[in-house]
Amino acid sequence: MKKTLPRIARFLAILLATLSLAGTVLAEDTIKVGILHSLSGTMAISETSLKDMALMAIEEINDSGGLLGKKIEPVVVDPASNWPLFAEKARELLTKEKVAVVFGCWTSVSRKSVLPVFEELNGLLFYPVQYEGEECSYNVFYTGAAPNQQAIPAVEYLMSADGGGAKRFVLLGTDYVYPRTTNKILRAFLHSKGVADEDIMETYTPFGHSDYQTIVSDIKKFSTGKRTAVISTINGDSNVPFYKELANQGIKAQDIPVVAFSVGEEELRGIDTKPLVGHLAAWNYFMSMNTPENKAFIAKWQAYVKKHNLPGGAARVTNDPMEATYIGVMMWAHAVRQAGTTNVDAVRQAVAGQSLKAPSGYDIVMDTKNHHLHKPVVIGEVQANGQFDIVWKTPGPIRAEAWSPYIPDSAKKTADWTYPWVCGNCEKAKY
Amino acid sequence: MIRLTRILFALALVGLLRLPAPALAADAPEADDYAKAVAGLASDNRQDLLASLETLARLADPRAQAPLGALADRRLKSDGAGHAIIVSKDGATAVDAVTGENYTGPLGALSDPPVNNLVRQHISAVISSLALASPDPEQRLAAARELADRPVESARAGLKKALAAETDDRVKSLLEQTLAQIDLKSPDKAARLAAIKAIGDSGNSDFLPALRQVVDRQDKSDLLNADGDIAEAAARAVSSLERRDLAVRAARDFFFGASLGSVLLLAALGLAITFGLMGVINMAHGEMLMIGAYVAYVVQEFFSSHFPNFADWYLPAAIPLAFAVTAAVGMLLERTIIRHLYGRPLETLLATWGISLVLIQTVRLIFGAQNVEVRNPAFLSGGFELVRGLTLTYNRIGIIVFVIFVVALTWLLLNRTPLGLSIRAVTQARSTAAAMGIFTSKVDMWTFGLGSGIAGLGGVALTQVGNVGPELGQSYIVDSFMVVVLGGVGKLAGTIFGALGLGFINKYLEPFSGAVLGKIIVLVLVVVFIQKRPQGIFALKGRTAE
Amino acid sequence: MAQNSTTLLTPAAWTAFGIAATVLVLVVPVLNLALPATSALHVPDYMIALMGKFLCYAMVALAIDLIWGFTGILSLGHGMFFALGGYAMGMYLMREIAGEGVYRSQLPDFMVFLDWKELPWYWHGFEHFWFAMLMVILAPGVFALVFGFFAFRSRIKGVYFSIITQAMTYAAMLLFFRNNTGFGGNNGLTDFKHILGFSLLESRTKVGLYAASALALAGTFLLCRFVTASKLGRVLTAIRDAESRVMFSGYDPLRYKLFVWTLSAVLCGIAGALYVPQVGIINPSEMHPGNSIEMAIWAAVGGRGTLVGPIIGAWLVNGAKSVFTVAFPDLWLYFLGAIFIATTLFLPDGVVGLGRLLSCRKKGRNRDRS
Repeated sequence: MKKTLPRIARFLAILLATLSLAGTVLAEDTIKVGILHSLSGTMAISETSLKDMALMAIEEINDSGGLLGKKIEPVVVDPASNWPLFAEKARELLTKEKVAVVFGCWTSVSRKSVLPVFEELNGLLFYPVQYEGEECSYNVFYTGAAPNQQAIPAVEYLMSADGGGAKRFVLLGTDYVYPRTTNKILRAFLHSKGVADEDIMETYTPFGHSDYQTIVSDIKKFSTGKRTAVISTINGDSNVPFYKELANQGIKAQDIPVVAFSVGEEELRGIDTKPLVGHLAAWNYFMSMNTPENKAFIAKWQAYVKKHNLPGGAARVTNDPMEATYIGVMMWAHAVRQAGTTNVDAVRQAVAGQSLKAPSGYDIVMDTKNHHLHKPVVIGEVQANGQFDIVWKTPGPIRAEAWSPYIPDSAKKTADWTYPWVCGNCEKAKY
Repeated sequence: MIRLTRILFALALVGLLRLPAPALAADAPEADDYAKAVAGLASDNRQDLLASLETLARLADPRAQAPLGALADRRLKSDGAGHAIIVSKDGATAVDAVTGENYTGPLGALSDPPVNNLVRQHISAVISSLALASPDPEQRLAAARELADRPVESARAGLKKALAAETDDRVKSLLEQTLAQIDLKSPDKAARLAAIKAIGDSGNSDFLPALRQVVDRQDKSDLLNADGDIAEAAARAVSSLERRDLAVRAARDFFFGASLGSVLLLAALGLAITFGLMGVINMAHGEMLMIGAYVAYVVQEFFSSHFPNFADWYLPAAIPLAFAVTAAVGMLLERTIIRHLYGRPLETLLATWGISLVLIQTVRLIFGAQNVEVRNPAFLSGGFELVRGLTLTYNRIGIIVFVIFVVALTWLLLNRTPLGLSIRAVTQARSTAAAMGIFTSKVDMWTFGLGSGIAGLGGVALTQVGNVGPELGQSYIVDSFMVVVLGGVGKLAGTIFGALGLGFINKYLEPFSGAVLGKIIVLVLVVVFIQKRPQGIFALKGRTAE
Repeated sequence: MAQNSTTLLTPAAWTAFGIAATVLVLVVPVLNLALPATSALHVPDYMIALMGKFLCYAMVALAIDLIWGFTGILSLGHGMFFALGGYAMGMYLMREIAGEGVYRSQLPDFMVFLDWKELPWYWHGFEHFWFAMLMVILAPGVFALVFGFFAFRSRIKGVYFSIITQAMTYAAMLLFFRNNTGFGGNNGLTDFKHILGFSLLESRTKVGLYAASALALAGTFLLCRFVTASKLGRVLTAIRDAESRVMFSGYDPLRYKLFVWTLSAVLCGIAGALYVPQVGIINPSEMHPGNSIEMAIWAAVGGRGTLVGPIIGAWLVNGAKSVFTVAFPDLWLYFLGAIFIATTLFLPDGVVGLGRLLSCRKKGRNRDRS
């Protein structure tokens, strides 16, 4: 026992010292940028590519001279699909590493858990994933689609003659906030188009659910008598068993088309695509878009993959969140050049209104008021080679509605960070 | 929608024409129309494409089946000069769709017509309407099935004519059902009664919603027009269909439960063997499943690049290889780490969890964090419809068969080989077996290898029903434990009953409680069951679970 | 391993304890609040939150040591008790911000987007702090009592018990993931703004929570020491080493096991309640079986059966994790896995055991020399 006295005290002292020493940072002439994507755990499948894409964009900027005369230094951390760890890492990036901006997050939980940190420390986050809306933070720029830039146009397409003229809808999703909110919005939208509740079937499965036999059988039953379409907000892993079951039970895309919002080129890479051919996905970008900007973008990406020997090699693809990440990095860099500084308040003003010729070929604009991008909507049909055949697209980009007009509480809100509103979710202007 | 009706209306013409093409070919103006319509299939405008389809339906020329089939297969393309070119299945040659001459231009310059789901619907409708006149009864059957899905009033006359001339019983019954569906809305009461009776007799519960609508309408309709006969007939038909529906659903849940149970069994069998022998719960067991799945992936890639003609045979090749690889990994782990923790099961649990982290990260670094694609071979794709409403999918049937095979093999190994004898001896009484001269540490190693190898086989089977990614094992680990705990250790029968039991309970609960609650209820049931019988269903050791 | 004396702590130990407590509770907050940010000794804000987290984890490790190190029951489901306490606190914090959420509604945000019109019955009462604190103790406590009663009564032991605790936490996780269960589903409870009127964004509040965690840890340590040094503690150790013999000696292990099991669950719950305001979110993934297994490793790495060991273990493993996820984002899982394997293989008595071994060797060498 006598030994433990000095031992404990020593230990604690050393621990404290190490932890505080670890905070010392050698001052270098670089601009630090944080990358907050899960590299392990359940979300690693989706987020690793975003980290790689962000690094590619940063390398591109550095190769062409850097930013404000300095090189950009990416600081990559792994929050391991653990939500409290996201908040901890975000705080570390902002206070210890003193990064100028963070590119990160995928799930709404991760974003919601880092939001208070960014708002408290006045940081800047670029969030590249399609989500359920109902948010507009002063400290976040949303480069992914809001529901009116993805879900609603997709349903409109399904209802049109071209899309099969569906009269009955199955809203099938994984049980979490994105599908729940999206389906709430879609239900209100369908009502407004005259679809009755008995023609809408809403079901949820837990994360990682792999046994869709019963559900597919129920869909088959539900679809007799009226043209039915399935709107799938099934997340990641569960998509494979779902589509396999659909195909095995003999449901063809031309009879009951399935439009998915979370299936892109990256997810198709790990799937046997045969059962999915003909089914649809709705995004703001597809790798198969035939524009010179996209060709250059894909070439850059493949060169990067080769140069850094990323696992997967030539099979690596580009997808919508990756394009959104790229747009985010580029817009931020342009804003910094315009503002002449990395100061968050200045850059924030400069980002609003930025425009960029995106790989999708459209002129993408960051809205001047609500921190969201104007994005086009593109609907593609899955092909056997894992790419999408584009069957419909909007003529121009669509402005995002951060607050859905189809939810009564949200319809009253406005997201406008310019004078006189200056708030992300008010019903009256502040000034 | 209207276009579709028009196409089906063309059935009326088809019903009259039961003769193959040559009779038509002689008619010159029609031949021109035919040629124009087929060429129109290669149009780059979707409206023109649909119009051509309509024309082909009207013409009812059976020759159209070939170009239409090619179009559905994405093999009919445009050469840019208004000609439709059909590419052969192997993509090497191409012929003109109308004249049949060889196409000499570059295949790469051909473009695809704008086919989407809507177009495909029309293509199927036209193909079926043409096929109904085919001399081949199988083709007529397939066509009749397609039409049964889309009963339209305007097709009535055509259907009646086709029915009158039909000789095949199966096709006949399908056509009758389709007619009956249309007749449900007929103004003629006798026709409606006959239709209701026909549907009730057909046993096809897909028509339940339509029948229920009839019953509803009767209840709500004007007293003057209410017809007791119709209401009664409809109610009778509904109840007979509902009874049948219940039976089908029970059969369906049985099949689903069996297939889920077989997957669980495969995942848990190796664990049961290891745990029974060594009292070691191997938390890295899920990763053995994962390694087996990745072996299947690697073999698949190897076959596709070196033996593309036998690509589908990667599966049989992967099975022994997966067993060998995972058994080797298991034995290595046993020799290096687990052996030193003998007698400390709780530490082993933690150590194997650490091993699982290392294995997951290794696989992630080699293959990437994303899922990898493992294709279903052709002989395991699709399913067959036993009865309407119950489709048995081949991949799950394959897994059930495979599991039976694996269990049989394991039983043979455990009961008919010297190694099996040693394993059983050490499981039942370790010190006595050692005293009898059995090298218990060697047996430990072989058992661990066997358990891991079976898990590897399980992984190969799992590639056919789910994803293959680094975290594959994590989703099966808790279920495997439940099976082992429920079934008890030391006997194969325990694991089998445990797995099948859990599979059935899960599937029978699901329609009532939903997927999530069903799973929770199953877990709670297992925990409660364990209170009553701690050693599991079939136990080898004593009364208390030690 | 067993403490011979029945006194709480030896004078030397008391001094050590006092120093540690003073440093943690007083010195660190002063270094954070009083010193300017540029000073070399300043403890940065994020460090306070981090250390507060580690203190809560240390409490959990102590709780696990109580049932595993001293009673021989390995629970792989303590994450559930931790989360239950956390949820109780979270529910209080959600009720605190009624009307300030995104939808400006009296109901929490997630209920608004689920279209619920009123608060479910099990949410009533959480607007009062004392009620929430009561639930922090009762929710894990009662659940542990019921579960433990049935489990121990049927004399489930060893690995079987560990597995069903895993099933227990897994089922709870699935239940809480359901949005319809009413606890925020996958998003959990988040967007906290203030506690007892103090804003959660201010340094003062953070330091206050940190100090509370440190005090709670000190209290837990003393409580555990009291339990294990008493006669009850000796029965526990006896149950760990030879349960049948204890039964034959006339003691009913059920009561002792149940007591210590419930106590450890309540301690976990309190730790969870202190954890949640410091990280700002409570989410069902806290109940993931993997988390609970990691908690057991903290106790193992530090040294089971000593009370100091788990505290050290919790700090060491989590500190390593924090460092490695930044320094080696691609490889940190290897380190974690290696720690698991190395500890169980080479350090069965943990870091404390290693320390003892080294000091014994030194003593032996000194004796030889003299």
